[in-house]
Amino acid sequence: MSITTPLFQHHKHCDDIFADAESACGNGDWEAGGKLFALLQSQLEAHFSSEEELLFPAFEAATGMTSGPTEVMRGEHRQMRDLLGQMSSGLAERDGDAFSGAAETLLILMQQHNMKEENILYPMCDNALGASDLGDNLAQRLKAS
Amino acid sequence: MHPNLSFDQAPPISVPYRFFLTAPWFGMLAGLLLAWSGGDGLGSRWTPEVLALTHLAGAGFMLQAMSGALFQFIPVAVGGNVWRPRLVANVIHPLLVLAALLLVAGLLFSNPALLSAAVPVFLLGAGGLVAAVALALWRTPATGMTLWSMRMAIGGLAITVLLGSLLADALARGLNLPLIDLTNVHLAWALGGWALMLLAGVSYHVVPMFQLTRPYPLWFARGFGPLLLLLLCAWSSRLLLDDDRWTTPIALPLLLLFSAYAVMTLWLQYTRRRKVDDATSLYFRVAMVSLLGFAVSGAAVRLYPPFGDDPRAIVWLGVLVFVGVFVSATAGMMYKITPFLNWLHLQRLGAPISAVPNMKKMIPADDMTGQLRLHVLALLLLLAAVWLPTLARLAGFAFAVSCAWLAWNLIGAARRYRMFTDQIRAVALHP
Ligand code: HEM
Ligand SMILES: [Fe+2]
Repeated sequence: MSITTPLFQHHKHCDDIFADAESACGNGDWEAGGKLFALLQSQLEAHFSSEEELLFPAFEAATGMTSGPTEVMRGEHRQMRDLLGQMSSGLAERDGDAFSGAAETLLILMQQHNMKEENILYPMCDNALGASDLGDNLAQRLKAS
Repeated sequence: MHPNLSFDQAPPISVPYRFFLTAPWFGMLAGLLLAWSGGDGLGSRWTPEVLALTHLAGAGFMLQAMSGALFQFIPVAVGGNVWRPRLVANVIHPLLVLAALLLVAGLLFSNPALLSAAVPVFLLGAGGLVAAVALALWRTPATGMTLWSMRMAIGGLAITVLLGSLLADALARGLNLPLIDLTNVHLAWALGGWALMLLAGVSYHVVPMFQLTRPYPLWFARGFGPLLLLLLCAWSSRLLLDDDRWTTPIALPLLLLFSAYAVMTLWLQYTRRRKVDDATSLYFRVAMVSLLGFAVSGAAVRLYPPFGDDPRAIVWLGVLVFVGVFVSATAGMMYKITPFLNWLHLQRLGAPISAVPNMKKMIPADDMTGQLRLHVLALLLLLAAVWLPTLARLAGFAFAVSCAWLAWNLIGAARRYRMFTDQIRAVALHP
């Protein structure tokens, strides 16, 4: 198991919650949809902050690359948090179009983001940080969320 | 390390859009040509009308849409940098449009001068595209089967255009070449080596992403492209061997491979996590069902002579593969890429994201599904018209209208991009 395996697996976990939240709200089941959405938001937040507070700083310290890929990833986290905010207001107002439009946008952004991480950034991190115990920390933090 | 990996290098939005907005016009021309010429033109694969229709679809619609998608995908999906994309697109796009029109006119009017004129323009336009794309694809440090499929596909395009040019030159100057064999090899590289190879490679990336399916199994992605390449090389050996006994033993595995891709994709869609359907997922399903239909009919052409001996059978295959598979798949892709690109580029203007309209505000969902329904109707009419020539005019007209609707939807997205840009800039100036 590599350092970033927990993050990798957590992406799939978030995808599952996303799909359930989207279909519940799409069917007008705002009650269940709201709960699933809250779970989605907290899981994604846990994911973003684990990367921003643990993985990225360690990577930057090890490689000296502070303005490269990690900076782009932080920017995309910001965008995704914003879209989650839009979904949240759509949900509060029971506005199906606003919710599903923001959800659709989040999905594509999130998938692109995840692919860039899984295919490029995570392998770079595994290379640079292979000998550290960061993987356990990440796993614990995600499990606790 | 990854030296020149571009993490965030989407090309200017005008680059993909100029290709996307051109593609449907070729479809409209094809529909109108059929509506004008009527059913006699569909009698066999060698009528001037069918040859012109083939290239309106293949060298027009498909080549435009796929070029636009390549420019967009290479940086985003495989981390490559196309050299000066705006400049390259500015040069290549008009060349490819002109070349396609010359070629189609040359085929339709059996005019040697037009055919001869098309060849250098095509070699220049497509050559430029192949060079720019190949350079980017070979310099990216990324790996993976999407990248490899794109590399093989761009090679497939090069072979297609070279063989097509040879054919056109041979027709124009009356050269003594084995035209039928050459055509069969040309079309195999066009549809298999270029278009399907690219579609498969892009599918590995976008099918899981848009619909939250499982990924294509690694053994599948690793096997499909190389096997396709191998079978196409075997198919091309007919040029040297000139032995018809090999046609069926090579054609059947090829068709089986097509079905494997179609079935795999349908199965992934069927078992996906995301439950919401939209125009893109439906379009993909239409494309995959058509591909299955193509494979079954293609096998029937080889194995069941009463069907295979009818000259219309090949035209039926053509409708399935061009309109059913590739126009559907590319339209579905454009319906997903365009709204997302609008959003992505608007959000880069620096406005707070909450001020940027979400993807669903870019093309109304009802317009996309309505257009999809009309496209499916047109496809069914075209398939029927192969056997009932009286339907041909209606079918052509329906296809023209559905392509016009596609153009309208895409133009609408581009217009909204302009409008929202102005709004965001105005707010930024006078907060
Ligand atoms: C790039 C996408 C292209 C596709 C998808 C494509 C597809 C096809 C197909 C399917 C046929 C067989 C038509 C039939 O059996 O009825 C064909 C024939 C032909 N193609 Fe293409 N083609 C492409 C590009 C070109 C180019 C660039 C040229 C020339 C510059 C060209 C020249 C020809 C000619 C001359 C024939 C007819 C041969 C004959 O009548 O004997 N094609 N093409
Ligand atoms: Fe991330």
